[in-house]
Amino acid sequence: MTSRTKVRDTRLRGYAPLVAIALLAVLLLVVAPATLSQFRLNSLGKYLCWAIAAVGIGLAWGRGGMLVMGQGVFFGLGGYAMAMHLKLEAAGPGGVPDFMVLYGDGTMPAFWEPFRSGPFTLAAIVLLPAAVATALGWLIFKRKVKGAYFAILTQAMAVVFATLLIATIKETGGFNGLNQFTTFFGYNLYDPVNKQMVYSIAAGALIGCLVVAWQLYRSRFGELLVATRDAEERVRFLGHDPANIKLVAFVVAAVMASIGGALFAPIAGIISPSDVDATASIFLIAGVALGGRALLLGPALGAITVGFGRTYLSEQFPTQWTYFLGLLFVLVILLLPRGVGDLPRALRAGLRGRSA
Amino acid sequence: MFTNRARGRALAGATIATLTVFSLAACGNKSDDGGPSAATSSCVDTSGDTIKLGFLNSTSGAMSISEQTVRDSLGLAMEEINADGGILGKQIEAVEEDGASDPAIFAEKMEKLLTGDCVAAVFGGWTSASRKAMLPVVEANNGLLFYPVQYEGLEASENIYYTGATTNQQIIPAMDFLASEGVETLFLAGSDYVFPRTANKIIKQYAAELGIEIVGEEYVPLDDDDWTTQVAKIVKAKPDFVFNTINGSSNVGFIKAYYEQGLTAETTPIISVSIAEEEAPAMGHSVTGQYAAWNYFQSVDTPANAAFIEAFQSKYGANRPTSDPMEAAYTSLYLYKAIVEKAGSFDVDEVNAASDGVSFEAPEGTVTIDGDNHHIAKTALIGQINEDNQFDVVWSSETPIEPDPFLEGYAWWDPAAE
Amino acid sequence: MDAFTTPFLAGTATGALLLIAALGLTLTFGQMGVINMAHGEFLMVGAYTAYVTQQVVTSVDLSILVALPVAFLVAGSLGLLLEATVISFMYRRPLDTLLVTVGVSLVLQQLAKDVFGAQGDPVQAPGWLVGTIPVFGYNWPYRQIFTVALALSSLACLAALLRYSAFGRRIRATVQNRDLAETLGIATRRVDRLTFFIGSGLAGIGGVAVSLISGTNPGLGRTYIISAFLVVVAGGLGQLKGTVIAAFTVGIATAFFADWTSASMAQVATFALVVVFLQLRPQGLFTVRTRGLA
Repeated sequence: MTSRTKVRDTRLRGYAPLVAIALLAVLLLVVAPATLSQFRLNSLGKYLCWAIAAVGIGLAWGRGGMLVMGQGVFFGLGGYAMAMHLKLEAAGPGGVPDFMVLYGDGTMPAFWEPFRSGPFTLAAIVLLPAAVATALGWLIFKRKVKGAYFAILTQAMAVVFATLLIATIKETGGFNGLNQFTTFFGYNLYDPVNKQMVYSIAAGALIGCLVVAWQLYRSRFGELLVATRDAEERVRFLGHDPANIKLVAFVVAAVMASIGGALFAPIAGIISPSDVDATASIFLIAGVALGGRALLLGPALGAITVGFGRTYLSEQFPTQWTYFLGLLFVLVILLLPRGVGDLPRALRAGLRGRSA
Repeated sequence: MFTNRARGRALAGATIATLTVFSLAACGNKSDDGGPSAATSSCVDTSGDTIKLGFLNSTSGAMSISEQTVRDSLGLAMEEINADGGILGKQIEAVEEDGASDPAIFAEKMEKLLTGDCVAAVFGGWTSASRKAMLPVVEANNGLLFYPVQYEGLEASENIYYTGATTNQQIIPAMDFLASEGVETLFLAGSDYVFPRTANKIIKQYAAELGIEIVGEEYVPLDDDDWTTQVAKIVKAKPDFVFNTINGSSNVGFIKAYYEQGLTAETTPIISVSIAEEEAPAMGHSVTGQYAAWNYFQSVDTPANAAFIEAFQSKYGANRPTSDPMEAAYTSLYLYKAIVEKAGSFDVDEVNAASDGVSFEAPEGTVTIDGDNHHIAKTALIGQINEDNQFDVVWSSETPIEPDPFLEGYAWWDPAAE
Repeated sequence: MDAFTTPFLAGTATGALLLIAALGLTLTFGQMGVINMAHGEFLMVGAYTAYVTQQVVTSVDLSILVALPVAFLVAGSLGLLLEATVISFMYRRPLDTLLVTVGVSLVLQQLAKDVFGAQGDPVQAPGWLVGTIPVFGYNWPYRQIFTVALALSSLACLAALLRYSAFGRRIRATVQNRDLAETLGIATRRVDRLTFFIGSGLAGIGGVAVSLISGTNPGLGRTYIISAFLVVVAGGLGQLKGTVIAAFTVGIATAFFADWTSASMAQVATFALVVVFLQLRPQGLFTVRTRGLA
């Protein structure tokens, strides 16, 4: 272990992920816009938003062992925060979103007012999910609620969140959600150039999140997180509070989901309860499980694949698609619990095991 | 928790990410006026013998059973029109897409149909959420959407034709019917989402005008079927009539609880706006004697309807009922043909210029397009469910009612009031 | 008076349904560490069984009674199948079983949609269940009383089975210490299968009760399963006593919240209640102290 070649080897391998991220960046920022049509690029933009949330899930679940089944909530917090700002932009200075006039008495709830400000909205997209995740995570982790309890609670949270949105028609647009945006921070959303810009921001954000995840995985914190996942009690005996470690991962995952949601709203042109409910959260998990939960690029690539499948396979096989997704869950978890991205390693290990 | 080194790296990473985002943001094209004004020119190909139309319905997900019936009647209309020579001599070529019961997917597929497949018009949508999601897309691309379902009104887009009823063709006539029956007290039961809330807002204001007292108002979430406690409140309130705006399968739970608590069509009748021929047999208890407000029933006695039912059942099966949204979808394709042939062009602006006053002998009766709001004049009907789960028409507005989606012709309507 | 009795009695009936659903969940978790997300679909299978039974046994008064054991067997066998083909490969990996069964639940829902259609097939309530009895101002439907009776008798049977039968002793031994039980010659794998059969079968019975409330549709399981899971979490996974108390508390609390606010807000309030409750008792009402759970 102490020989010089070994050290250089690991250090080199340590930067291999960065090369992979750079490759992905070139693919997303240069190749895709040059080859894909406007429509397909926009669809890809949507998948990238899910991928951003998936990177966070990889951190919380893959590295931290917390099965977050309600990331749709944080995706929704960011998405709705952004959508509220875009609605207010569309309404103009002093204006009120159209649906409040249609479904309510035309007065705007006070909590909407600050979202007129762009900087406030951007801050809210980061701070709101962070605050919610901190409060919830603190309540849950400090009391050592974990494992299946945690997974079930987060899923119930997604169900409750969607119900709440559907019931608050005058405040959030209810089942219809928020749409009919016109501009994105002053840029006309219907101009193809600006559509490409929003796509590029999503791609940039994904690359940024991947870099952050890579840094976290390499850091002392990343090691502690994995240690907490594998042996929480031992970490405690070493003098660390596992609750704090998990809390940080949960909050970072929440913020990433929120950023994904915030970009989803202008790209999809809509955010509605069906984009953030328990089913939507399951789709996110499916992508992460498929790609490889503990890998750096696995969750993001998995989410893009599932998004792609959702659009293209569902066109070809509208009903069989659900079977396909269901079987995907079963087969991946059963045969490749670490995801398809783990296949090369598993094969190598298998070969080595046989030859030894 | 972090070492200094790790913190430095994380910060560096975050900085890179932020810089990337903001450097990219600079490449946008900032213009003062937002919105769909930057519409691209149409890519519709009208040179060949065929014309492409988009059928966008959910064939998967929660809405698939309802929307499949609309897809079926669109298919029938297309077959008939093609057999009859097509539109302007061009055969219709349908591009079928699945909205997957998800508004975001509807928006995405609409974009694909208009910009990728270059269809001349799109037919479909069911929930208001799906229509609201498609609206900005169809406006931005200056496309056309024909939407076949009754809805909560308060909307009129240059790029959408609404062939289902707006509120003054369904909700308001239903209230007129109740007033003519001498109803004095009314109970409102609905699913907790946009259509029931908006419909009930209108109902409450009109009830005040008619002197009908609202003695209760209950909502249950969309996916919740247990109506037991809410129905118990109806028993307590003893209303003359119940106005039902419950959606889909939740109706089954409502009707079950209703009979269990001893309420019947004789003592406390229900008037519904979402139970049609498709749904009536699935209620688990006889709904005989209950009422529904629509613009079309399978029992409507017109030559066009007889032909429609026969054609539909010979194509899809003799046991298949026909219902209002199916008829509205069938009619929408014929209306499109009529407008295009009047305009002599598939161009959206020319179609819109020609649409006013175009009419069609639909199964429900004569329908006429209002060029100002793109809705159609329709006759309102109240049906009473008989033993065969068909509807006997017991009340009719006699003549087609001019569409008034914003209820501008109704002095009692105050959109800002609660 | 009825401001109290209506939510209380209606909530008791909801609680009874949640109890039937949660009993199976908590049993399989306690025994095998399996979180079965497809449990809701076993409810759905039970409801469809009631529907199919009604097509065969046309006497409405009788068919529901026939449907109960049939639904138990059908849902139980399906559970057995699931156990043998999928779950047996991943014991003691609760999070993985949770994910796998999410996939199974998607498949089962789509299967039901393809076989029966999504419109909802009606189950006719027998004549002796239609009607109400006035209790302090609330007309308590016979059907709700029947549901409560069904839940309590299922509970009693299960408790008696666990307490007095040889099989029950084996289950308890396996729950408390699997390795030691095996050393004593208990075929724990066979015990596992039977447990899974009973747990899934209970869901089938619950499904028959649900079919009396609503239409029989593919998404039926989803309506109840989240609340049932909250019950299991609050009651303590693997605990009968806790599950019973939690089920009725959640059912009744939700009914009161719905009465005070709206049915939608009641869901939110109940979730908040469970989170707050977990602050007081993080592992649920009662905890098995012999080993850590999940």
